[in-house]
Amino acid sequence: MPNLITDTTTVFSRELRPVLRNPFTVVFSMVQPLVFLALFAPLLPKVAGGGSPLQWFVPGIVVMSCLFGTSMTGSNLLYEMQTGSHERMLVTPLRRPALLVGRALKEIVPVVAQASLIVAVCIPFGFRLHLAGAVIGIVILSAFCLGLGALSYTLALASKNREWLFWTVQQTLLFPLLLLAGMLLPIENGPGWLQTLSKFNPLSYVVDAERALFNGDIWAGTTLTGTIAAAAVGALGLVVGVRAMHRSD
Amino acid sequence: MIETHELTKHFKSKKALVKAVDGIGLRVAAGELVALLGPNGAGKSTTLRMLTTLIPPTSGTARVAGFDVVRHQREVRQRIGYIGQGNGAGHSQRGRDELVSQGRSYGMRVADARRRAAELIDSLDLGEVADRTVSTLSGGQRRRLDIAMGLIHAPELLFLDEPSTGLDPQNRANLQEHIVDLRRRRDTTIVLTTHYLDEADSMAERVIVVDHGRIIADDPPERLKATHVGDKIILGFEHETDAAGAASRIPHKLQRYGRELRISVVGAPRLVPGILDDLRSAGVPPTSIEVTRPTLDDVFLTLTGRSLREGGAAPESADDIELVEV
Repeated sequence: MPNLITDTTTVFSRELRPVLRNPFTVVFSMVQPLVFLALFAPLLPKVAGGGSPLQWFVPGIVVMSCLFGTSMTGSNLLYEMQTGSHERMLVTPLRRPALLVGRALKEIVPVVAQASLIVAVCIPFGFRLHLAGAVIGIVILSAFCLGLGALSYTLALASKNREWLFWTVQQTLLFPLLLLAGMLLPIENGPGWLQTLSKFNPLSYVVDAERALFNGDIWAGTTLTGTIAAAAVGALGLVVGVRAMHRSD
Repeated sequence: MIETHELTKHFKSKKALVKAVDGIGLRVAAGELVALLGPNGAGKSTTLRMLTTLIPPTSGTARVAGFDVVRHQREVRQRIGYIGQGNGAGHSQRGRDELVSQGRSYGMRVADARRRAAELIDSLDLGEVADRTVSTLSGGQRRRLDIAMGLIHAPELLFLDEPSTGLDPQNRANLQEHIVDLRRRRDTTIVLTTHYLDEADSMAERVIVVDHGRIIADDPPERLKATHVGDKIILGFEHETDAAGAASRIPHKLQRYGRELRISVVGAPRLVPGILDDLRSAGVPPTSIEVTRPTLDDVFLTLTGRSLREGGAAPESADDIELVEV
């Protein structure tokens, strides 16, 4: 007898299958972050202690890369709502929360893949890997992306057949979110209002945590605040997403 | 198998209330093959979407496969198959994968789902394309895959929403064959919507004509045609006087257009020989004979004053226009 877990597994593995069959789709969404990495990194000032500026920059790029892919993931659902596959799944006895949670959980896979790839690419250029910290960092990032993916699906459900609405909202929110988290340039030197705005951005705490963790600083306070921020976004996304899926029913 | 009572669905558009389905009472027994016929916007799809638990009724009740569509959604879903207007298979997926996922969605074990998928791939001639990405399949192949997905759990009741729209005549014929075959071999109850007259005519034993959200006729196609339209016999004569003479001898409703008589009857093929003998013996033999049997389009025209192709009713569903459920 199927239950919520087997239903979620069914949806999860269905979502994952095209990714596994064609792993390059993950690489495509990484092109832009990798371009940023290649063109921004040479501009970074040398760090006083002699460490590579990549230590500061790479965690930000990892987050950015994951955010690009995850924030767009709702477009897959949007497309399936238009073609009829989503409708076909709504007629099956699959539990409605599973339809959302299974999809959102799948986001973790590209997150892990992208983070590992970027780190692997950067190691030859002087990036020092701190494994334990990086693993914890990826777990925190996964929780954040789970929530963001769920929100992206929520946006898709709300947009229905208005594709422009989905992309307008996604693009309008994504870049302020990224820049206010100090992903490309540090916020600390900015004006007060910018720093205040940044404090209201949950992603800021995640980025700070990633920077500390990828440099091996596991016991920093930022790890705790980052974890709380990511867990909050993850939980919020799932709650909002499941409600939206129920309502679209 | 299906029993509805005053089933109603209203949508609110920006200006007005749209009564997409306006009090439909419907009974379908196990094993029937029923076609819902009507123009775009008649309320066929909305009815189907309520029966398949996709949208809740505004009022009224519906029991499908023994369960209420609002209170026991899961039980209904478990027992029905639904083939919608769109493509059920995800375009980035492979057909076989989708079939297995579909089976898993109904609680089948992986091995059972695989076996059943292979069976359906075989019987629907999908062997060559089942392991290709769905987006590379032709329209006909995708539609057959949709049918396979709707059948994965061998449902006792199958709904098809305009199954052959957009297919070329050959693929349509092929699809209809599969549906009729399914019915014959498994005794599946089938409800389909269509705006193709020939489809309703050739497949269904029972045609329910829907217009403006209401049932306006419900009969076997033959009886619908006989009751609402009847046949026409068109006789041509050499001279107008012959035509006039013949007209006075024929005991049926008719109209004369110069040298031509148009006779409206029920059961024309059996009446023609008698009429012919009578006219010959009276010395006013016709020079040409034509018998036209009515189509369901004629039935629709008689019932509504509009042709099926004209459409012109309310918007079909919430997806077409910005409509809010009531």
